[in-house]
This record gives sequence, C-alpha cells and structure tokens, in this order.
Amino acid sequence: MSRFLKVAALSVGAALALSQPLQAGSLGLGTPATPEEIAGWDIDVRPDGAGLPEGRGTVAEGEAIFSEQCAVCHGDFGEGAGRWPVLAGGQDTLTSEAPVKTIGSYWPYLSTVYDYIHRAMPYGNAQSLSADETYAVVAYLLYLNDIVDDEEFELSKENFASIRLPNEDGFIDDGRPDTPLASEAPPCMSECKAEVKITKRARIIDVTPEDDGEVSGMAVD
Amino acid sequence: MSRSSKSHDGPANPSRRGLLKAGIAGAGLVAGAGLARAAGGDPANLPPNVADWSRYLGPGVDAAPYGMPSEHEAQVVRRSVEWLTASRESSINFTPLHELDGIITPNGLCFERHHGGVAEMNPTDYRLMINGLVDKPLIFTLEDLKRFPRVNRLYFLECAANSGMEWRGAQLNGCQFTHGMVHCVMYTGVPLKYLLEEAGLKTNAKWIMPEGGDAAGMNRSVPIEKALDDCIVAFKMNGEALRPEQGYPARLVVPGWEGNMWVKWLRRIEVGDMPWHAREETSKYTDLLEGGKARRFTWVMDAKSVITSPSPQAPILHAKGATVLTGLAWSGNGRITRVDVTLDGGKNWHEARIDGPSLPKALHRFYFEFDWDGSELLLQSRAHDETGYVQPTKDALRAVRGTNSIYHNNGIQTWYVKADGGVENVEIS
Ligand code: HEC
Repeated sequence: MSRFLKVAALSVGAALALSQPLQAGSLGLGTPATPEEIAGWDIDVRPDGAGLPEGRGTVAEGEAIFSEQCAVCHGDFGEGAGRWPVLAGGQDTLTSEAPVKTIGSYWPYLSTVYDYIHRAMPYGNAQSLSADETYAVVAYLLYLNDIVDDEEFELSKENFASIRLPNEDGFIDDGRPDTPLASEAPPCMSECKAEVKITKRARIIDVTPEDDGEVSGMAVD
Repeated sequence: MSRSSKSHDGPANPSRRGLLKAGIAGAGLVAGAGLARAAGGDPANLPPNVADWSRYLGPGVDAAPYGMPSEHEAQVVRRSVEWLTASRESSINFTPLHELDGIITPNGLCFERHHGGVAEMNPTDYRLMINGLVDKPLIFTLEDLKRFPRVNRLYFLECAANSGMEWRGAQLNGCQFTHGMVHCVMYTGVPLKYLLEEAGLKTNAKWIMPEGGDAAGMNRSVPIEKALDDCIVAFKMNGEALRPEQGYPARLVVPGWEGNMWVKWLRRIEVGDMPWHAREETSKYTDLLEGGKARRFTWVMDAKSVITSPSPQAPILHAKGATVLTGLAWSGNGRITRVDVTLDGGKNWHEARIDGPSLPKALHRFYFEFDWDGSELLLQSRAHDETGYVQPTKDALRAVRGTNSIYHNNGIQTWYVKADGGVENVEIS
C-alpha cells in the first residue's frame, strides 16, 4: 500500500478540502535528520515521562538556582515580583472572583513544568539550564507549592512519574457549542423586548490609564 | 487636526483624553451637524482654487522602493495597552479594525502576540525538522518547502483571548482593543499533509506537536486529523514573505482554530501518539468555568462579529442622514451565512448586507446603511454560521461559563452612540 493511501486511511473523517495536485508518494525532498540533530532539538517532555533526560536535583539545590536565576521576576517564594507570574500558592482560589492559577493550584501535570522551564526559562536565556538544574528547580517549585515538604527531596527521571499535581482531575473536554443553535432557538427579529437599559459602561474610558492598580489582576491570557 | 476645537476639552468630555491617546485626535466627538465638512480642508486647495498638487510635479518613482501609506494615515497603526502585560517581549498589540475595510488585513497591521519577542531568523539558517512517529525523520530547508505543491488560502487568525478583558463587563473603549486580536490574510504555503507524507506517518500517529524557534519555544498539541485536513506551513502572507513578527520565514496555519496554535518561526514538528499538555494548553488557553473545572483543548473559534464603525474610535462625524454601519464577522466552523444588526439595543433586528467574498474561516465584511435621525443608538451585530450556530449574548455565555474563562469570549458587542456622534462600549439589559 502506498504511503499516500496509508495516510488517507488514517485521516478518518477528515474532509480533504484542499485541492490535491497529482502526487505520487514521496517527492524525495528534505534530508534525513541525524540522531545528533534530533537530540539537540527534541526537548519536549510528556506527562508519561517520555522525553525526560537522565538527571536529578534536590529541593535545596533548586532553591539556590531559583534565587539566583528566577527570583528577580518570580519572587523568592514564587509569589511573583511586581506583575511577573506567580508560581506558587493559589490553592482553593479556582472558584473565586480572582483565581490564582499556579503549578500547585491549577497545572495538571508535572511534565509541563519541566518542559516549559527548560524550553523557555529563565526568560531571556532559554534552554540554558542543564538537566540536573532543571530537575532541581522543578523540585523546588514542588516544595514551594507544598507538594513535597522535605528539602532533601531529590527529583529524578526515575521518580518523576510518581509525582502527581493536585489539579490533575480539574480538566474536562470542550463542551461547545454550549449556547442554543438557530434550530433550537430561532433568534427574534422584531419587537424582541419592550425596553432596554444600559447596565454596564466601559470601565476604562482611557485606554491607557495612569493608575496601574485599577486593573491589576486582569490578564489577557 | 484643526477640528479638535477647544470647546471639546474639559470635564464635559471625559473620554477625550483617551481618544487622544488612542490616536484619533481631531475626531473630537464633533457635536454639530455639518461641522465636520465645514471645518475640513484648507480653502486654498478647494474649488474654485487650484491646489499645489495640481500645479507642481510630485515625487517620482522609487521615492519609496517599498511603498508606505500616506502620511495622512499615520494614526492607522497597531496599538498596545502597556499595562496589560509585564514585559514587551511577551505581550500583545491590536489590529486597528476601526480604520480598515474589506476583509484583508494589511501585513503591517496584523496584531502581534509574542511570548519571547520576535525571533530574528535568517532564512538560509531556517530548518524545519519532522521527527517522532515517522518512517524517516527529515529536515527541510526553506528552499525544500518551496519545491512542494503550494496552495493559497484566506483565513482569519484570532487569539483565543480576543475580547478576554470583557468577561466581567465593558472595559476598553474601542474595537481595536476589544476585538483587535484578529486578522485575515491570504497565506501561501505547503499543505502540512504533504510534509508529513514525505516523512511517512507511522500507524500509531495520533497527534503532532508544532514547536517554534523563538525564545519561548512555543509548543502545542494538534490532533492528526486537523494536521492532515487543512493545516498549511505558510511562507507568504498577502503575496509577500511573512513579516518577522508573523513568523518569518515560516509559520503554521491552523484554520479556524485559536491563534496560539499557529506556531510562528516553525522549527520542528514531532509526531506522537498522545498530546503533550504543554504549558500553553494547560496553564494557559484552558477555560476555567464557574465550578472550578476548566475546559481544555478548546481549539475552535466560534462565530463572532463586531461593528467596526461606528465604534468608540470611529465616532459619527457627520450630520444626521445617510449613515454607513459596517463590521466584521467570522467563524472557525466555516462560512458566515447571515449577520443581523440592531440600532435599538435588540428590540428590532435587520439583516445586514455581506459584501465581498464569503470564504470559510475567513473574515466577512457586512454593511447596514441607514438614515440616522440624530438620536441615541444602541448598536449590536449577531453572526450566524453555516453550522446553524448563532453568536450568543455575553450574558448567555456568562450563564454557562461564569466570568473566569478569559478565552473564547465571542459574545455580542454593544456600542452606545450618543446624539453628538460619540460612541461608548456598554452592556445592556
Ligand atoms: C526576567 C524575568 C523572568 C525570569 C528571570 C524568569 N522568568 Fe519565568 N516567566 C517570566 C515571564 C514573563 C513569564 C510568562 C511568559 C509568557 O507568558 O509568555 C514566565 C513564566 C514562567 C512560568 C510559567 C508560569 C505560568 O503560570 O504559566 C514558570 C513555571 C517560570 N516562568 C519559571 C521560571 C524559572 C524556574 C526561572 C528561573 C530558572 C524563571 N522563570 C526565570 C519571567 C521570568
């Protein structure tokens, strides 16, 4: 079976909306990626631990790295300096008016912490932490979030998958559409309501307010 | 500029400073009928006089090898709201929707959202790696990509956080700020399917993980069905090379789905058998509901619309009489089939006129021409798409989701037009 057919069989239900130029399998383009090339770029880590490198680091080692390379933005205890992201705390805030989403209160998987810190932090010097340093910083963040309580705790490739984050079960699938379709509730076109009142007005008339505090806590994403 | 007469300064017009900052000094919420026309223009250039440009030669060809807009359009720029984010390198700015028409966004006005600044990538050093569950891990150069069969497709790109500030109530005064995290351009590129076929998908290939070459290493999980359906690796927008801030030299196009997945500066695609649960699909881009649970993998951008003029940054500057209302509508699920507009806050609705191409997962332009009697108006638009979806009210969304979702706010927008033509962002009963 040609590769094209295999792919077509895989794309169950996918509407092939794109016009299809005649193409007999492989065009022979691109060059094979060598194991060394892949190793340098293949940095992702999955919840099942796939992608984790060999390595280890303790809470205490992580604390030293964190105060040197992270605390300036995220605060000594992950509380966030100024308006930089908060990394710890926020437990029991998800139903409040101002949820604080952190590794401890919101993130479902520890692998994401490893993956993200290694690929994107410290901000402005990404991919600079060694595997051992990353394990150590992740261990320290577990400590700051009360998920481990021993400063001697060592996180490694071996015990990584045994750590579960508190909000792992906090996620559900996309429930949309979650408002009525036209067939269920045809929209009204005339004499739809007797009176109309303004209930809310733009809170920020000036789009560039001088007072930062006015909107602190709001985030665009 | 001469129109911004003194009489509009002062406490009677609190929004004036904001409008100035938003760059429409001179729009000045003109009160009187006919004022705009009378005040506009230097008599020396108006009939019966003959203007200088009608007499003397202007600049020749090549005065601007890459042409730029007229100096009189200097206010038509992307704008950011500085206090929204802690750092300029992980921030956003907004498309000036109120200044645009048609359905194509000019490249230089497409909003920006970066997580680690703009990667300044050299095209000769560009590489796209495909690895993971493939028969043959491959590396493509930009020239390799250009040897695959190409397609041209027009798609909108909307950030999932567009209108995210408005969940708790009206916030920002201007559709640039409430709705400007959307743009629509013509992409040229290679169907992702061809690249995956070239590497050969293994039978257990279920997901792909596109990854950016920027300092954020942006990564997301995309189901293989979508990857093989309509995703494109694009290297051109509106006919020219991608702009650096849009992912030069190549980005992923994920039609109809949230902008964060359209990975820019695309350097790698890994094929796998389960999702990665990257930071941008767990910590961010998940939708927290009222009970404390959060929806994840909320990819599609539902049908949405907004009136771009009149709007707070585009007040009515003319006297009562013939008035053009215009706006944009779009759906991540296909074509827009109808847009309704109301002038009276939803008591009565009218079907707007969609003009220009109606393409799936692209912006649609609508118009409603009416005879303004000079009284106050409450404007709204309501989009319908080909799946039978109807754009909901903001209250309907809050009733099912609460106010902590941040993302996917596609609720109906209300603009309050005052008798003086000024416009404010409001919500109504
Ligand atoms: C110069 C400031 C700065 C420094 C130093 C820094 N970060 Fe960050 N960090 C940020 C910013 C900004 C973001 C958000 C980036 C974005 O959203 O695009 C962030 C995000 C994060 C997040 C994700 C937060 C969330 O809720 O999604 C984690 C975890 C993190 N940083 C850990 C670290 C660690 C560990 C270090 C040290 C090795 C570090 N950071 C150093 C600025 C910084």
